[in-house]
Parts: sequence; structure tokens; C-alpha cells
Amino acid sequence: MLTTGLQMLPWKIANAKDTSNMDLLRIITAGSVDDGKSTLIGRLLLDSNALADDVLSAVEDASKRYQSHSINLALVTDGLRAEREQGITIDVAYRYFSTSVRKFILSDTPGHVGYTRNMVTGASNAEVALIMVDARHGMVEQSRRHSVIASMLGIDHIVVCINKMDLVGHDQQVYETIKTRFTALMSRLGVTNVVYIPTSAVNGDNVVEQSSNMPWFTGDPLLTHLEQVPSRVGLDLLPLRFPVQNVIRPLRDGYYDYRGYSGSIASGVLNKGDRVRLLPSGHETVVTTIETPRGFVEQASAPDAVTICLADDFDITRGEMISSLNECPQTSKTVDAIVCWMDEQSAMHQGEVYLIKQATRSSKALVNGIESRFNITSLNGEIEPKSLQLNEIGRVSLEISEPLVFDNYATNRITGSFILINESTNATVAAGMIGPPRFPFSLNSG
Amino acid sequence: MSVSILRSDMWTEHKHLLDIESESIHIIREVIAEFDRPALLFSGGKDSAVLLHLAVKAVHPGYLPFPVVHIDTGHNFPEVLSFRDKTAKRLNIDLVVGSVEEAITTGRITVPAELDGSRNQLQTPVLLETIKQGGFTALFGGARRDEERARAKERIYSLRDEFGRWDPSNQRPEVWNLYNGHINLGQHMRVFPISNWTELDIWRYIAAEGIEVPEIYYAHKRKVFERDGMLMALSDVMQPVPGETVVDRNVRFRTVGDMTSTAAVVSDARTPEEVWAETGATQISERGSSRADDRFTDAAMEDRKREGYF
Repeated sequence: MLTTGLQMLPWKIANAKDTSNMDLLRIITAGSVDDGKSTLIGRLLLDSNALADDVLSAVEDASKRYQSHSINLALVTDGLRAEREQGITIDVAYRYFSTSVRKFILSDTPGHVGYTRNMVTGASNAEVALIMVDARHGMVEQSRRHSVIASMLGIDHIVVCINKMDLVGHDQQVYETIKTRFTALMSRLGVTNVVYIPTSAVNGDNVVEQSSNMPWFTGDPLLTHLEQVPSRVGLDLLPLRFPVQNVIRPLRDGYYDYRGYSGSIASGVLNKGDRVRLLPSGHETVVTTIETPRGFVEQASAPDAVTICLADDFDITRGEMISSLNECPQTSKTVDAIVCWMDEQSAMHQGEVYLIKQATRSSKALVNGIESRFNITSLNGEIEPKSLQLNEIGRVSLEISEPLVFDNYATNRITGSFILINESTNATVAAGMIGPPRFPFSLNSG
Repeated sequence: MSVSILRSDMWTEHKHLLDIESESIHIIREVIAEFDRPALLFSGGKDSAVLLHLAVKAVHPGYLPFPVVHIDTGHNFPEVLSFRDKTAKRLNIDLVVGSVEEAITTGRITVPAELDGSRNQLQTPVLLETIKQGGFTALFGGARRDEERARAKERIYSLRDEFGRWDPSNQRPEVWNLYNGHINLGQHMRVFPISNWTELDIWRYIAAEGIEVPEIYYAHKRKVFERDGMLMALSDVMQPVPGETVVDRNVRFRTVGDMTSTAAVVSDARTPEEVWAETGATQISERGSSRADDRFTDAAMEDRKREGYF
């Protein structure tokens, strides 16, 4: 069962893509129907050789059927029949490509206002947001909205692709004007790592290869930049958070006294011999063993899935949080949070009760109040709205049936996030982030 | 047995594999915690072999707390069936087999004439019947999003209605690592823990972990004939028609479905490392090279998924 094979892997064979030293980067792209997002992704996949011949020829055939003259790169990504017929992207799609240094998981989401929930879905796990702008139109309402959501969801790295540069004569002035407007917005949103790249996805300029049409641009092309963005920095530096997923009791020879706690480390580093705190009970104990999929280790860190044993026999069940001894998460029965309402069938009102799932704990949550509703285009907020409807984002206060153990989302995306579930339909109705928004809204009374 | 692994080396060398391995194990553990009656769909193929391997790791040192379900079309490769039985025995797990052959013989399903021998479509009613009989509320599947365009849009937790159907326009939002396992009576969940793996990841992991897969994944000499540009294996259920010539070739299979719709590729790759290298260099996608049933229309997979296919 225990092998250490992963250490011995780096075989190198001619023609195979060399994927040693590879890490993983999760990206979200957002854009509207017309700004060339799907084409850009098609271009990334095509130029990084992630498209196989038969997929390419299927796309060529489909391009003809759907009445476009040259090969339509967008069809690579528009997967479902309804989307092809309507010419829009209606859901989150996941794409995979890799270079010699990285595997990329790209969640591709539609851009219209009606699809805010899809963008929130795609952005929740992303480390980089790719925002598409049509160089002819510059910053439009939608690009503001995408920037706001990326910032709210805690994405630290944003790449603004100023696309269709071929249609503005590859003019540097156009690029600079758009960049200036975005810089002001990003500073208001508290995002510091922003890169602006002038591209033409149709022609491949500055996507994988440096463009000879824009010699004035001295930055890296998109793919080169994506290869260099730091991935998941600082997760190890945060205090330990280990939400217990399952208790393992094998009840067989050699294991009758065994009690293992399995789960994924949400943040920080776990060492054998560490004194840790159990929450919400507050007990202290010592980590006696840490087992990974490849056997026992002295140390593990986020996002490892592990099983640990503890020195003391407390009654620990799923939902317990194991934390570093002194830097503890908050424990409370009331929380303030930003929520994005995702349900078509219902709206959020004060007084409603939902199931809440946060880390590995499920409880009930009563909506004590809807404090404000944000207009994510104007960055204004309306105080005490009557409800939150589909795709609306607001600040709410919740009362939980049992103490919640959490951090603010701004410091920890895993322990600071939750979903709400409607008890009668079982639908996921909201995504929530605990704590204040990352940037201020100007509040007016509604 | 405490092995001190050089963790920093592992992270730098293969970080992305360790990340997706952790993600998959996390998903498997969520299902075990939140569903009263899960099961694992095991085709005997490489993806389900990896999935089963991950499930065993997720519960270690405990036993797998759920059965493994196989839908046998009656046209499976004998090598795959013996691999299935050997694996179930080795891991001491319950194996539930839903038989398409038996469903045909007893008249529970009929074979439409236009199917031309392939029984892939016939798996769906037998699968749904098996789910109902077993009372399964969640079924793990080894589907990956890089396989096909419709799968690229499917959630990790894919809700199926009373008729086993997938509704692509009504999927639950899936945010962070928070999965919603609540279902209504009669519904069930298909769960795809290896959604984020690519074919290359699978082979690299098989090599690294020494995971056993049916021997037909590796190059071997076999009698084949060419049909519609694909090499089909000669068998009781697959015979050449006039004009098709049977030849001996060194081949391997990239997927192991129904013998009537699964084609071989010419290859000399005899180890996981060699398959991985060949896969990285090849320019034909996995389903396109060897699954005749996906080639009919580009919406073929979407249609079958809507009807409750894996």
C-alpha cells in the first residue's frame, strides 16, 4: 500500500512534454459574448498544443455548420448545444492545458449580468482572474463588475487583456488610456497585482508569442505571464486550520484502539508532536501521527489530505476544527457576511432559515437582517433592502444554531466561506464570505 | 513504519499531482460523510482503477465502506472482466454487477436494430435499474472534464433526477470546496472526484503509484481489422465484413469499453511510463481515437448524459 513512487518519477523521453517541477494554477476568465474571451482561450489551447487534431477538425466542421468562414476558435470552448445555437456561453466550463512549468485549470465563465453566480462559482477557487476588454470600447459596465467580483472573491492577481488591438491599429495610446482607467478602479478595489496586456486573440498577438505588431509593448505575452504568477503564496504561513472530515475507526485486528481524524489541511503547517487546540470545545491535545496518501510523515501542510491521530481521547466528530494552539479562529453563533444569492426560484428575506455548510460543519442559519445590497457596477450600496434576488450581492447578519468556527474570508478563503442550502428544495441558494467586504461601498438609504 | 519523505522534493517535482490527489480524496471523504449509501462505478478501465485506488487511500486504514458497481454489457473484453474480479478479491470489496446480457435475455430491454452491435446505449437502463435496486444515493464515477466538451461543463457533484437524467441548464453552483450533498427522494448524485485530472495525469499517477490496470492498455500483438479508419479487435462479437482484412498488429487500447465500439491504436508502449510518453506526443484525443460511439455527432455525449449515461 505504501509506495514512495512519486519521488522517483522524473523520466524524460523525447517528444513527451516535460512536466517535471510542475505546479498548478487555477485561473478564471470572464468576459462578454463579443470581447473575444472564448477566442482567446481557444488560442491559448491551440498555441500551447493542447488541442488534439480530431477536436480541431470537429471545430472546423462545426465552424462551417454554424456559418462562420474562418475557423472559429470560440467553438473549442462552447460545449453545449444550446450555447452554440444561441452563440453564448451559459455555464462554467473547465479547460486544461499545460506548459513545461505548469498545469493550468481554467474556469471559463459567461460575462453578462445574469451570470454573476457563474462568475462567483468560477472565481471561488481561482488564484488569477483574466479580465477581457474590447480595445474599441474600453472599460464597460461589465468589466467593472468582473473586477469587483474578482476582488471580492479574494483573487490577488488580475490580468487585464486589452483585446482586439488589431481593430484599433495596434495603437499604444488606446492601450494606455484603458490602462489608466483600470488602474484607478483597481486601486479603489484594493487589488495591487494587476498586469495589462494588449492582445489580438484572433491573430495570436501577445497570447503565446510576443507580437511584432506592438513593439511598444515590452511586457510578457499572456502565457509567459501566467507561467510566472506566484501560485498559492502564503497558505503555509497562515495559522493551522484542519477541519475534521471523517473519523476513521477500522475495528479490525491491530486497529481496535485506532481513532484517526481525516481531512484536508485548510491552511498552515501541521507537525508531528504539535500541541493543537480543538474547537469549538477548546480542548488541547498533541498530534501523535500524520499519515498522507504515501505513508507517515513528520510534517504536512495545506492543501494536503491527511489522517492524524491525537494523544487524548476527546469526543471529536466531523465538523470539529483543529487549530494552532494560540492563533485560533473565531467561534461565534452570529456572523456578518457578504453573500451572493444564486437561486432562481426564491429570494433571501429577513427571518428565513437555511442550512449552512462551512468547512465540514453543517448547521442552520437564520437571517437576522439584510444590512445592505451592493450595486457592483456603481460601487454604491443600498441600506436595508427588502430582499436579495438572483445574482444580487449584499451584506447580511446570520444567527447560527450552534457555534461556527471560522476566520474572516479576507484572511482564509477556506474557513471563511460557506454555502446556504434551501431545506425544502435542497438547492444551493447562496455563496457566503464571512467578514467585511475588501473595499468600501458608498451606502445610501434605499 | 514511519517513513520520513523528502516533502520539499515531492512538492517541487510533482506538486500538481499531489494537489489533485488531495482534492480527489477530499471529495471522496465528503461523500462518505454525507451520503448514507454510496457506491463506486467501476468499469475496469484505467480511470476507475485510479478512482478506486484513491478511495482506498481516503479510508485507510479502514475498509472501503461501499460496494463497487459494474455494468457488464456482455461485450466486455475478457481481460477487463478478469481484472475486475481480481481487484474486487484483492481489496475484499463487494462487487455488484448489472448485466445487460441478462436484461436482454429476460426481455427487460430490447435491442434497437440500428445500434449495429454496440451496447453502450443499453448500459443506461441497466445502470438505472441497478442503482434503484441497490438504493444507492451517490455513485462515484471516473469521468474527467478533459475528455469531452459536454463533460467540461459538468459539476463534480452532478445531480440526477428520478429518471437518472442530467440537466445541464440547472446545475448547482459549486463554490470553494463546499459540496451540497442534499438530494430529494428518488434523486441520486453522480460524483466525479477526478474531474480535474487529464489523461496525462492519470498515466503519470499510475506509473508513480504502481496501480494495476488491465493488460490490454499496454502494447500486445492482436488480430485486428480496419473499419471507418479505426482498428477493431477481432472477437466473437466483432467480425470483419467482406473487404475488411484481419491482420496481426502491435496495439494497445486507450479506453476499454464495449468491444464493438472500442478501437485499438498501434503502439509499442509496454509500460505506464511509455504510455505516458506516447500520450504526451500524440495528436489525437482519447475519445476520438478509440470510441466509435462519440463520433456520430459532436453532441453525442451531451445527449447520452442527459439520458442518464455515466
